[in-house]
Amino acid sequence: MIVLLGVLVVVVGFATKRNALLVVGVAGIVTGLLGGLSPQEVLAAFGSGFASSRAVTIFAITLPVIGLLERYGLQEQARRLIARFAKLTTGRFLALYLGMRQIGAAVGLTHVFGHAQTVRPLAVPMAEGAAERKHGRLTEKSREKVRSFSASADNVGLFFGEDVFLAVGSILLITSFVNTTYNTHLEPLHLALWAIPTALCALAVHGWRLLRLDRYLERELVAANIGPVAEGAAK
Amino acid sequence: MIKAEWFYWLVGLSFLVMASQMLTDRSNPKRIGTTAFWGLLGAGFIYSSWVVEKKAPAEPLGAAVLVMIVLAGFGFTGRGTPRTTTPEQREASALKMGNKLFVPALAIPVVALLCAVVVKKLSIGGEPILQEGSETILGLGIGAVVALVVGMIMLREKRISVPVQAGRSMLEAMGWAMLLPQLLATLGTIFQLSGVGTQVGKVSTSVLPKDSLYIAVIVYCVGMALFTVIMGNAFAAFPVMTAAVGWPVLIEHFHGSAPAVLAIGMLAGFCGTLVTPMAANFNIVPAALLELKDQYGPIKAQLPTAGILLGCNIVVMALFAF
Repeated sequence: MIVLLGVLVVVVGFATKRNALLVVGVAGIVTGLLGGLSPQEVLAAFGSGFASSRAVTIFAITLPVIGLLERYGLQEQARRLIARFAKLTTGRFLALYLGMRQIGAAVGLTHVFGHAQTVRPLAVPMAEGAAERKHGRLTEKSREKVRSFSASADNVGLFFGEDVFLAVGSILLITSFVNTTYNTHLEPLHLALWAIPTALCALAVHGWRLLRLDRYLERELVAANIGPVAEGAAK
Repeated sequence: MIKAEWFYWLVGLSFLVMASQMLTDRSNPKRIGTTAFWGLLGAGFIYSSWVVEKKAPAEPLGAAVLVMIVLAGFGFTGRGTPRTTTPEQREASALKMGNKLFVPALAIPVVALLCAVVVKKLSIGGEPILQEGSETILGLGIGAVVALVVGMIMLREKRISVPVQAGRSMLEAMGWAMLLPQLLATLGTIFQLSGVGTQVGKVSTSVLPKDSLYIAVIVYCVGMALFTVIMGNAFAAFPVMTAAVGWPVLIEHFHGSAPAVLAIGMLAGFCGTLVTPMAANFNIVPAALLELKDQYGPIKAQLPTAGILLGCNIVVMALFAF
């Protein structure tokens, strides 16, 4: 039971808002030592863990080109483009993004969308642009809300789309674990089919919540007493 | 054959180049610490290639990771004032360039798509062009390089230092959040090695009454979600909860359909991923990337959806898997 102290370190650390790197570092050392690893083995675990998980940081490779395009007005242009589609409100746009993200993941295209390559440069300025067209300047609070929901549309779409695809990590993990541990034979196709009901629920639930975001923006921004700007002034 | 390691080297090299720019950036009050942090991260990316192949010891890299934790954790890193365009210049440039600006931005997803669908199947002299199993990472990497070339030609930007500077200020803005996902993956491994999983499995078996199907379904699904919250990753939770509850109780004792129980159990775990800061690459890094004041913003946006979907998973499993 004593190894669970490491979990406690993490929970207390995050709850008291300590620096997350320190929390995780301390939790790793504490758990490793309590679990019977030598200090040298703990160091090696940090090293090999870093080396084998570099794929999660690979998105950094897109930052120079995204930064370059932003210098030349990519976000401003995304705002201008969305302004031409009057029916596309923030909520509807993000619901559309959720659907596209989910379909993309369901056919195996998990890296085509993402926070660095599509959310920051395209989805966020478009979602904000749609809200600005309707309500004028956004308040700090509503801007945070729109950005948080943009990130959430990407995550929900990815998580509940990818399992419909056969060759994705989680499906392969299930088959390899169960087939070797219990000497049985599970087909990836059957697992993928059982991911469909939840995928549909996710689209309905989160899509509905994204559409409700329009109402929130309406309330928040009208209450903040910022009237709609005249046509053309936002450009 | 194009290998994933090449792109890790490219990322490591650009971190090193950015670190050298940071060293001479007098607008950053903490430039020495910042340079050390990103320099170590870049060098670590390259050195890792030999650690993965077991040709170099992992301990020096582990020590470097601990130094990075200390540098960022005790506030020795900072950011400079980025030299960039003003909002007015950006508006003017957007007016001038128009929708052409989307061409390089969309080149990333389009190239990633081509790699995943077409190039994946091609081979030269019997050897596949893309390293097997790494096609998605390679698609992203190749897409980014193609987009950079297209963007620089289109914008007539001749200095490579401009995109590097632009990327650097985004990195500095994100700061230590960049290292967190890799560190959490490491913590997951240490948890496994030390037997945290087995302990959690024991706890959940002990709260489980053997005679109620519905309670067993709830324990499995909620256990997957909670354990995922702790580990930051449903993959770590799945073998533990399945060995403790899923297989012996739901499938063998109650004769549940194995594909339904296991697929839905995994998705119940994903509901946990939506609400945990431990899944930093999905929840904390985007908050940094989108420059949110509240680093828990995405988690707060996802919390109600995760709760409702966990309920959906329990209902779908209880109704259709038995």
